[in-house]
Amino acid sequence: MAVKFDLNEREVWDGNYAASQALRQADVDVVVAYPITPSTPIVENYGAYVGNGFIDGEFVMVESEHAAMSGCIGASAAGGRVSTATSSQGFALMAEVLYQASGMRLPIVLNVVNRALASPLNVRGDHADMYLGRDAGWIQFGAFNAQEAYDLALCAFKVGENHKVRLPVMVHQDGFITSHTAQNVYPLTDEKAKAFVGDFVPVDDMLDFSRPVTYGAQTEEDWHFEHKAKQHKAIMDSMPIIDEVFAEFKELTGREYNRVESYDMDDADVVIIGLGTTVETARVAAQNMRAKGVKAGVVAIRCFRPFPYEEVREALKDAKAIAVTDRSSPGGAMGAFYNEVAAAMYTSVNRPIVTGFVYGLGGRDFSIEEAERIFAEQQAHADAGYITTDIQQFSGLRGPKLGFFKTARG
Amino acid sequence: MSVESQDLNLCANDNRGQLQLGAGAGLVGWDEVTQGIVLTSFDGDASGIAHKKAEDRSYSEFNSYTASVASWRVNKPVFNRDICIDCQNCWVWCPDSSILSRDKQMLGIDYDHCKGCEVCVEVCPTNPKSLLMFNEHADLDESLAAWPEKKKKAKKSKEA
Repeated sequence: MAVKFDLNEREVWDGNYAASQALRQADVDVVVAYPITPSTPIVENYGAYVGNGFIDGEFVMVESEHAAMSGCIGASAAGGRVSTATSSQGFALMAEVLYQASGMRLPIVLNVVNRALASPLNVRGDHADMYLGRDAGWIQFGAFNAQEAYDLALCAFKVGENHKVRLPVMVHQDGFITSHTAQNVYPLTDEKAKAFVGDFVPVDDMLDFSRPVTYGAQTEEDWHFEHKAKQHKAIMDSMPIIDEVFAEFKELTGREYNRVESYDMDDADVVIIGLGTTVETARVAAQNMRAKGVKAGVVAIRCFRPFPYEEVREALKDAKAIAVTDRSSPGGAMGAFYNEVAAAMYTSVNRPIVTGFVYGLGGRDFSIEEAERIFAEQQAHADAGYITTDIQQFSGLRGPKLGFFKTARG
Repeated sequence: MSVESQDLNLCANDNRGQLQLGAGAGLVGWDEVTQGIVLTSFDGDASGIAHKKAEDRSYSEFNSYTASVASWRVNKPVFNRDICIDCQNCWVWCPDSSILSRDKQMLGIDYDHCKGCEVCVEVCPTNPKSLLMFNEHADLDESLAAWPEKKKKAKKSKEA
C-alpha cells in the first residue's frame, strides 16, 4: 500500500515536477527510462516516489532511450499502465521504437520536454524533436505551462487507454521555459485524480495465459497497408474522444482545454498561430497591438496529432493574414506546422494570407516586441491584399535578413 | 533400415503445416484486420496448454505451427533411426523446434518448419552421424542406402 503524499491546494511546481506528480497520481505501473536534459527530473522523481513508497510501481533504468521505449512496449503489452519521458537526442534515438508502440496500439504516455536536436549540441528548448515524431502515429498534446503539463498528462492516460482509441500519447512541454520554471499549479487530490484517470483495463495483454498472443508480427505487401490504414483511422477517430475527456476534465477542475485554443479571435484580422510557451508571449503581444488599434488574435494548437484541420479552419475563417510559427529548422521546406496550417486554409472560403516564421531555435528568446513586429507585418499584408515579404522568414536571427519564396498572388 | 520411423505425419495433428504463406487465402480489408497486428496463438481457452503435447493443442491459423514455413529449404536433414542413440542433442539445439521427439525418443524431422540449417547434424555425436544433409528432393530410401560406414579412429602418431 502506497504511502500518502501530502499535497496543498496550490503548489509551486515546475513543469517536470508537475508531470511526475501526474504519473504518481495515475498509479503508473512501470516507468522504463534513460535520463536526458531537460526531461530527467520527471523519471527521476517517479523513481523517488517508488523508492520512498509513495507508489506501487516499477522503475527500470536501461542503457538507452531505444531500450527505454522498448521496455515500455514490453510492459504495456504485458498489461500495465506505462509512461516515460525524454528529450531531443533521446527522442531521436527512440524514434524507431515509437512507430512500434503505435503500430501495436499500446497506450504508453511519453512526456516530451522539447529540446533542440544537435548539431550544434544544445540543451535548450525548440520543437525539432516534437516535429520528428509527427508521423509516428502518436497523439501529441502541447502544454504551454506547468499546470497544463500536469493536466494534460492525466488526460493523456484517459485518452490513450480508451478502448476506442488504444494509442500512445505524447505530452509536450518546452524545455527549461516550462520544465524548469516554477509556477503555481493547482493539483487534484489523489482520490479525484485516480477517479478521473480510472483503472487500467488491458487489451490483448500478454500476461493473460488463457489467451496467449503474438505482438510484432511481420507483414509484407499483402497485409501491411491494411494495418496502417486501420491505425490511421483510429487516430483520426480519437478527436471526439479527446473532446469528451477535455469536457470531463473541465467539469472536474474548471480548467478548459480544446484541441485548438483561440484568444482574442472574435474580430481578429491578423493572427499568430503557435505552439508551446510562444502562445503566452503572442497573447501579451496581441493585447498590446489591440491597444494600438490593430485587431490581433492568437490561435494555439493543443493537439498537434491528430491535426485539427477543421477546427483550425474554423478558428481562422475570418482572419486576413496569419503568421505560422515553426520553432524548428525545416531543412529545405516551409516548416511542418506551416504546411499543416496552409493545407487547412487552402480549402477555406476566404483563403487568408499565410506566411511562416522560423524562430526560437536552440532556445533563442521569442520576445513580445518581436511578436508585435510580426503582427504589424501581418497588418501590412492585410492592407496590401498580398504578401509583402518572403513567405518564409527567419525571426530573431542575427545578420542579414533571411527569407525564401515569394508570392505569385497580388 | 526402418523406413516406418520416417513417417512425416508422425506426431502431427491435422493442422500442422497446412497453410502456405502468402497463398492469398483469407485476405480481408482494413476494417477486419486485428488491432495492433496482435495475433492469437490458440483457438479457445489456452489455460494449461504448456502441459499438452503439440498434437493436442488447438493452434490457431495465426500460429506458424499451422503454416508451412520451409519452402526455401535447399538441403534437408535425413534421420537414421538405426544409428541414433536418443541423446536429444539435436532436439535441444534445433532453432525451429523441428525435431520430433516423444518420451526422450527421437522420431524424425518436422519438414514443415525445418529450414535446413544443419545444426542438428553438427551436434549429432554418433559415428557415423544419425542425421545427415541431403538434397531437398533426395529419396529417403536412397539417402539411407548411401549412409557412410563407421569411421575408424586414426591412431595417434607419437610425437617427440
